[in-house]
Amino acid sequence: MSKNECAIVGLGYTPQGKCPDWTVRELFLEASTNAISDAGMKTHDIDGVLVELCWTDPMTQCWTLQQDLGINETSMSANYDSMGASGGCKIQLAQWAIQAGICKNVLIAFVEKSATAPAVPYRGSPGATVAYGLHGAMHGIAMAAMRHKLLYGTTEDQLGEVAVTFRKHANMLPRAQMHAKPMTMEDHHNSRMISEPLRLFDCCLVSDGGRAAVVTSAERAKDCPKPPVYIMGYGQGHVKMDLVERNTLVDTGARLSGEHAFRTAGIKHKDINVLGLYDATTHNIITQLEEMGFCKRGEGAAFVEGGRLGLDGEFPTNTSGGMLSEDYLQGWTGIPEVVSQLRGDCGERQVKDAQIGLVTNMGGFIAFHSTLILRR
Amino acid sequence: MTNEFPKPAPDITPDTKLFWEGTKNNELMLNKCVDCGFHRNPLTIAANICPGCGSRNHAEWVKASGKGKVHTFTTVHRTFHPAFEKELPYIIVIVELEEGPRFLANMREISSEEITRDMPVEVIFEKLTDDITLPQFKPVK
Ligand SMILES: [Zn+2]
Repeated sequence: MSKNECAIVGLGYTPQGKCPDWTVRELFLEASTNAISDAGMKTHDIDGVLVELCWTDPMTQCWTLQQDLGINETSMSANYDSMGASGGCKIQLAQWAIQAGICKNVLIAFVEKSATAPAVPYRGSPGATVAYGLHGAMHGIAMAAMRHKLLYGTTEDQLGEVAVTFRKHANMLPRAQMHAKPMTMEDHHNSRMISEPLRLFDCCLVSDGGRAAVVTSAERAKDCPKPPVYIMGYGQGHVKMDLVERNTLVDTGARLSGEHAFRTAGIKHKDINVLGLYDATTHNIITQLEEMGFCKRGEGAAFVEGGRLGLDGEFPTNTSGGMLSEDYLQGWTGIPEVVSQLRGDCGERQVKDAQIGLVTNMGGFIAFHSTLILRR
Repeated sequence: MTNEFPKPAPDITPDTKLFWEGTKNNELMLNKCVDCGFHRNPLTIAANICPGCGSRNHAEWVKASGKGKVHTFTTVHRTFHPAFEKELPYIIVIVELEEGPRFLANMREISSEEITRDMPVEVIFEKLTDDITLPQFKPVK
């Protein structure tokens, strides 16, 4: 297997934010048909379908999507589940299926419906965590953020810098949920505490929406209407899910995932022009930068200061606003944005001369991790 | 007195039955591997395999000292379960026990600002229902 043999050639969007009139199944179909036409293809060109289940309607699956698209047969059809990390994982699987000569054009689709669907009752992981009032990802991630604070003295200003930087990006993007809402450092510090040390503005949004992508071979990509964005490097890392079974609470799958991605791409950190880092919370940005080697362990909080992640900074990150300020579409907030940057499609928020991008996805209690390094 | 929103209670399974029997007697029980001595948290590791050496021999149940140190914690100000509303803010802690395994519980008798990394703590027991007594932690005075 070698790099740059496959490319992302189609991106599909849907309305996003609050979409009460859309069903999960309709959002899947809308994102998918938009991605297929963006790739300059017809539905019958697709011979692989990978989806991740949306918990709001788990009966919408790879087979319903294939059927809705009118595709008689595919060479690969699967529901993929590494939770929030699935987007990057599915693009890797699509690449391997194409490299293996099994598929030609793989459709990958995702839907989130957490803004207008009734919440799924929280059952917790095995054990007794629900009895202790641990209900949902934020309480768990807060304990990881607190461990980072206890070890390295991470400050509220440093977490706030991440939130404020990404909000500025969202203010330039009309589709972003926080487009019309600027945020100052003071606003961040005044937002209500959710679970110490994380405030409301340290936590990602709640959203509806769908996204999809089409992956094909580099050879076929040349005939597609949009500039191909090649898969240059890829990696995954998955650690134990239960918080008490981790090595430590600041270790996630990002270290191993990043190591694989930089090795397969054969590049250094300084070669990266634009980043899309999974931002369930501001804390996750800081630890991923450390674990992936952009800085040393314990230096991530200082690393984000001084506008380094801003559009004019050394490492422009989450240029759409990320899950903190654009929308919570898990890995599908970051993947299409980094692809768009490399296509040069980002207008006012375009990173000048963006050639190489890195995008990460995380899942579960920040246990699953996938990384893609992409180039134009 | 009925409670409109009773707190969720942990499921008692065949693997955890002896753990919950123990807490009713104010004892924090761990699984100890008979081959390598590795201690594990019975609530998170399935009964019959040792993560230390892979042994499938049945672990023995041993009583923990109940002493440990704070690995991390969070003080919860926004809960997602109505039964916890009136306790806000409450502290969830992860304690590293002297024997090795970590436990998640609530921290009692302390405020958030007073907790430090590796602070020594000890177990206490709180009755939740007739069947379930929860281990909790408080600072060693
Ligand atoms: Zn053993």
